[in-house]
Amino acid sequence: MLTIEEIKSAIEAGVPGATVEIVSNPSPSGQHSLRVAPCDGFAVATFLQENADLSLDFLSNVTGVDWPEKEVSEKVKVTRPATKTVDGVEQTVEETVEETRKTLVPGCLEAVYHLFSIEKKHGPVILRMRTVNRTDNVELPSLTPIWRSAEFQEREIFDLYGIVFVGHPDLRRILMWDGFKDHPMRRDYVSPDDFDYEPTPHDEVLARVQAHQATEKTANPGQEEGSR
Amino acid sequence: MSIGSFFQTRKPEGWNRPPLIEQHGEGELLEVAMGPHHPSTHGVFRMDLALDGERVVRLKPVFGYLHRNHEKIGEGQSYLASMPFTDRLDYVCSLTNNWAYALAVEKLVAQEVPERAEYIRVILAEFTRIVNHASAIGFLLQEMGASGTPLMYAFREREKILDLFEELTGSRMMCNYMRFGGCRVDTSADWLKAAQKVVDGLPGFVDEIDQLLSSNEILMARCQGMGILKADLAVNAGVTGPMLRATGVGYDIRKIDHYGIYDRFNFRVPIGEVGDIYDRYMVRMLEMRESITILRQAIHDIPAGPIMDVKAKIRGFRPKPGEAYGRIEAPKGELGFYLISDGSPNPYRYRVRPPSLINLTVLEDMCLGHNVADVVLIFGSVDIVLGEVDR
Repeated sequence: MLTIEEIKSAIEAGVPGATVEIVSNPSPSGQHSLRVAPCDGFAVATFLQENADLSLDFLSNVTGVDWPEKEVSEKVKVTRPATKTVDGVEQTVEETVEETRKTLVPGCLEAVYHLFSIEKKHGPVILRMRTVNRTDNVELPSLTPIWRSAEFQEREIFDLYGIVFVGHPDLRRILMWDGFKDHPMRRDYVSPDDFDYEPTPHDEVLARVQAHQATEKTANPGQEEGSR
Repeated sequence: MSIGSFFQTRKPEGWNRPPLIEQHGEGELLEVAMGPHHPSTHGVFRMDLALDGERVVRLKPVFGYLHRNHEKIGEGQSYLASMPFTDRLDYVCSLTNNWAYALAVEKLVAQEVPERAEYIRVILAEFTRIVNHASAIGFLLQEMGASGTPLMYAFREREKILDLFEELTGSRMMCNYMRFGGCRVDTSADWLKAAQKVVDGLPGFVDEIDQLLSSNEILMARCQGMGILKADLAVNAGVTGPMLRATGVGYDIRKIDHYGIYDRFNFRVPIGEVGDIYDRYMVRMLEMRESITILRQAIHDIPAGPIMDVKAKIRGFRPKPGEAYGRIEAPKGELGFYLISDGSPNPYRYRVRPPSLINLTVLEDMCLGHNVADVVLIFGSVDIVLGEVDR
């Protein structure tokens, strides 16, 4: 099997203008992956399937990963001029101070494709694509026209993560019901506070039940208690 | 025929979509929701059918009645705490689920597994395969109208194997047996003797059920040429396991990845020719025979030694950041676990690649144009468990 660098250069030769980036995996599993820009995703995937050396005919696993935006703080040494009084005389001295810088890494949703070859018996080649953000620009090209096995799995990602796969023949919710609003696999998903079905709530759950019942009372003042 | 020949020619766009079925005559289509309470759906699966008379012209599977977001639960707890949850995925084959998960975590942390534990894993996995295939055949025949007898024959044998599981792990079905770097309890000499006794009885069982069913006229009439799946579509749709091999593609992860110690055993990979229900039935039957040969070799060769790697970390298990995808040949197909670690005790991402769900991708293609009564059989020949489909 080709190494990840060879696959990258093969893609760059086969799909001119494609942006491919190696995502190294520090784990001992050694399964490095390739991140492609969403606009090149379909062309790269077609190339990977049709290339005679790779012939990745079998798309095994498709999954989503949520990367919420996070604050990364790093300590940086900064040299700046400072006024100091030395022997009664004011002087400007260069001074090195440690500063904590906080940078906001924007969040995104990621789709991960694990490709194998049944013909050549090798794999996995891991393909990743990232959306622009997690809110309004969540579109990725669907690879279902190339590998049918993505059909249900991309629907599942659409359902649980909210990535919209453009070009998917039948993009509906698959596991949650159609009227459901949120995407449960996102990291910031809050489950609804309908905890009062629990027969003997206590501790945290009890507090949530009471808060929930209070909001219900204000919402439906005419309803009697215990009518549920 | 080489496997690769399917992909040498470029296919026209949309070749892998279900074909359009023309409607005969006039009149409206009848829409039927088959399931979730239909007894042939193995639980709570629903198929929305559009029928033209008796013929199926559209079929849409509907999932989610048993959904409990297994993956979210897995993200909220430690690595080891997910092990008993994996039993509940495909609750017929809990031990192979355990193995797949343990394998993925062992890849993530480069954990070695002692020799004896590998042998125990192989023995239990092959027993599980026999349990699964025997019940799958039994249920298929049950749905064909062979009420009771084949299923009871299969369950009689299954019960003997489950007794072995219970003696070793403490539970018949929810075994929760494997650990990262080994197994939970050791097998005794008595257990191995009992296992050998069960294995000695298995060929008789397979012969018996083979003679009873394989050349049965009703079975042949209802299975041969029904629900044909072509090899190129099966590969494209990610179908794995006995269903893929029935189409003639000899892809068995035990032979490809050589995970565990499968390179030490002599066994063959049975493949089908036509890809119909009968081939799927026959592949399962032959796989049981191959499992028996693996079991004989494993029970004969099992060495003495520890069952847990001494360096395996049990408390404070925090894999270094990274990711791993581990897969095994589960009885129903390729069962994979994909884990992303961020260095904390809980996995950042915990994904199950369920063979049952992905094998259902081609259900519509197989059923179109057949009668409703055959849909039941085609569906039964896929062999799914809803605990794994809906997760």
